[in-house]
Amino acid sequence: MPIASLSPRTIAVLKAVVFAAALIPIAHLAYSAIWNIDALGANPAEYITRSVGDWTLRFLLLTLAVTPMRKLLGWPWLARLRRMLGLYTFFYAVIHFCCYIAFDHVFEMAEIVKDVLDRPFITLGFIALLLLVPLAVTSTNRMVKRLGAHRWIVLHRLVYVIALLGVTHFWMMVKRDITEPAIYAVILALLLGYRLWDARRRATPAGATRGRANAAGASRRQTV
Amino acid sequence: MLIKRPSDIPPSEITPEPIYRRRRELMQAAAAGAIIAATGWTAGGARAATKPAALEQSIAQSRFSTPEKPNTWEAITEYNNYYEFGTGKSDPAENAHRLKTRPWEVVVDGEVAKPRTFSIEELLKLPLEERIYRLRCVEAWSMVIPWVGFEFNKLAALVEPTSKAKFVEFTTVLQPENMPGTRRQVLDWPYVEGLRIDEAMHPLTIMGVGLYGRVLPNQNGAPVRLVVPWKYGFKSGKSIVRIRFTEQQPRTAWEKAAPQEYGFYSNVNPNVNHPRWSQGREKRLPSFFATRDTQLFNGYADQVAQLYAGMDLRKYY
Repeated sequence: MPIASLSPRTIAVLKAVVFAAALIPIAHLAYSAIWNIDALGANPAEYITRSVGDWTLRFLLLTLAVTPMRKLLGWPWLARLRRMLGLYTFFYAVIHFCCYIAFDHVFEMAEIVKDVLDRPFITLGFIALLLLVPLAVTSTNRMVKRLGAHRWIVLHRLVYVIALLGVTHFWMMVKRDITEPAIYAVILALLLGYRLWDARRRATPAGATRGRANAAGASRRQTV
Repeated sequence: MLIKRPSDIPPSEITPEPIYRRRRELMQAAAAGAIIAATGWTAGGARAATKPAALEQSIAQSRFSTPEKPNTWEAITEYNNYYEFGTGKSDPAENAHRLKTRPWEVVVDGEVAKPRTFSIEELLKLPLEERIYRLRCVEAWSMVIPWVGFEFNKLAALVEPTSKAKFVEFTTVLQPENMPGTRRQVLDWPYVEGLRIDEAMHPLTIMGVGLYGRVLPNQNGAPVRLVVPWKYGFKSGKSIVRIRFTEQQPRTAWEKAAPQEYGFYSNVNPNVNHPRWSQGREKRLPSFFATRDTQLFNGYADQVAQLYAGMDLRKYY
């Protein structure tokens, strides 16, 4: 299957395309804020903060979708995009937080601290942001080596906690209509559910054989 | 000489002044058009093509109007909370054209000597005034809005509330076929709000029927709505069909939904915290930054503070 394996050159091009595409949301917001403010409605600051928050969650779910998609589609090269998607999650999360401290609290530190402690949905969002920091810091190849693969993997399981915190943060922020956060919650449940299912499948002898066969990059072979 | 003198520029190359002055606007429109064409995306949804007609009645000025500069027509009519048309801020502007505002009747009953039903035409004969009020949303943003309306007490006088009338309950219209937001039980429809009788009879409390001298747009609560400028915006019910004078305190839609967040009084108060928004500051739209200190009773303390003398406003939030 040609799509299962891509040449290093194709992967490099693909990475460049994803890198540029991931900047479109923030570029568009910045463009609107400067040259076309009316497009952001009567409350441009809220529009930008919410939009950046939405993109944080979308990149987070995209990052978590890499492994299931890689396995289900048999496209091992998808793994090559995961770090970039993860770092974009962090990038948008930081901008989201900056919007909050600048627009809502005009950099009043004491007020921000009180707000983070007082308002549960902000507390959760803030914890999620803090937990993203070690993951971003340890995202380089050198850090993987320094930590050792096993410890690195264990540390990066924090992303599951972060995702739960992120979706809960959105859910609690919404005043009454929970449709949108519910959509994110369902997607997250599917992505986490797949992992549980996959882990259980690999724990059984027959499943384990199949799992290893997949991991070795072989096409889906039935081991009956 | 190589340098061209200015007079060498042919007149045809000179841009006429009105177009020159609009160059920024034109470029923005072109750029926005390109983006919309490329992505099929618009923020804020479809804009109302035409504004409603100007009100025919004479409109008096009021000493209660603030001298602050009102927000633009677009800001006031394209950024609304009217959950019956959807919970997004631009949903009402997109969907409210479906609201049927004629014929329209308002039932006024309960603890009154002369209950009666008013047609909207009858209500529009009450003395109209322009009231430029601050509007403070519980979501920590604010605007300045040039309402047109009549004092609620003028309407109350026509039905003669009895001594048992301690509260007033306001019910919003429910037209499920025209209100896509009511398909889901986001709130307990129809939307109900309430005031204590002295709050309702206060001269600042008006029934709004217009905006910027024009007929009230549907998304702002046409054809007649409550406006209580010293309380958070959700207290000012829209598109009112029933006004009931009661002895018991009414149960409002938001109280039923989340009693710990939305109290019956819901006076604007920087000192009473809300679990969702810090109320110490507000963002006066279209500003990006919440730099304004929230004022007690939204700046109307001189007029209304005496209504709450001796009350613990933290308890009665």
